[in-house]
Amino acid sequence: MTITIKIPTALRAFAEGQREIRAEGATVGEAIANFASLYPDIETHIYGEGGEPRSFINIFLGEVNVKNLNGLETTLADGSVITLVPAIAGGAPCR
Amino acid sequence: MISLSRGAVQQIASEGERAYPNECCGALLGKDDADTGRVASEIFPVHNAFGSEEQYHRFAISPEDCFFIERDAERRGLDVIGFYHSHPDHPAIPSEYDREHAMYWYSYVIVAIERGRAGGLTSWRLASDRSAFAQERVLQLDVR
Ligand SMILES: [Zn+2]
Repeated sequence: MTITIKIPTALRAFAEGQREIRAEGATVGEAIANFASLYPDIETHIYGEGGEPRSFINIFLGEVNVKNLNGLETTLADGSVITLVPAIAGGAPCR
Repeated sequence: MISLSRGAVQQIASEGERAYPNECCGALLGKDDADTGRVASEIFPVHNAFGSEEQYHRFAISPEDCFFIERDAERRGLDVIGFYHSHPDHPAIPSEYDREHAMYWYSYVIVAIERGRAGGLTSWRLASDRSAFAQERVLQLDVR
């Protein structure tokens, strides 16, 4: 299955500046792992210690967060589009 | 350094005043290339997704809003170059919580809102080892 992965600006520097790349995989997890193996610098930004995606990256298949599908096991169709999306939070100090 | 359009600066200030005593948040859209440097030409305000009782000192952008921000920027030929939020009754200096939740590369703009009125506006980038924020110069462009 050939699919497209859209890369957020913050991670493009680790993928030779590309906005999106083609990847192979039958599931979301496989496609992301294949992508990460091509660009080792990006691996530490996507995966945490346990090999699970980091909490500050969300993965969308089409317009749907894969957390609401079957997670990394979600199956792909030829031409599927995965978008990597940063998780953004912050705030002022506690008072 | 980051260049912000006058319109973007004014809108961040008014979003912060409107959200007071809570925090506002949103994305900075623009370009970052070798010719022009980093320029935020407009902002994309979004709903603060943090629990309402904590919004006086916390903000979050939902994954869905982040997705729509990315898609909107792409459709208009812009990039997401950072994010902004307000600090109600607190200086425009990143908190430890800001640092823990920040991502490398993005610009983080903070506006201080003092008793409901916008004060100082600053911008920060996280070090690649995540150890600290470095302040970056903000240049206000004389265009809307
Ligand atoms: Zn903050």
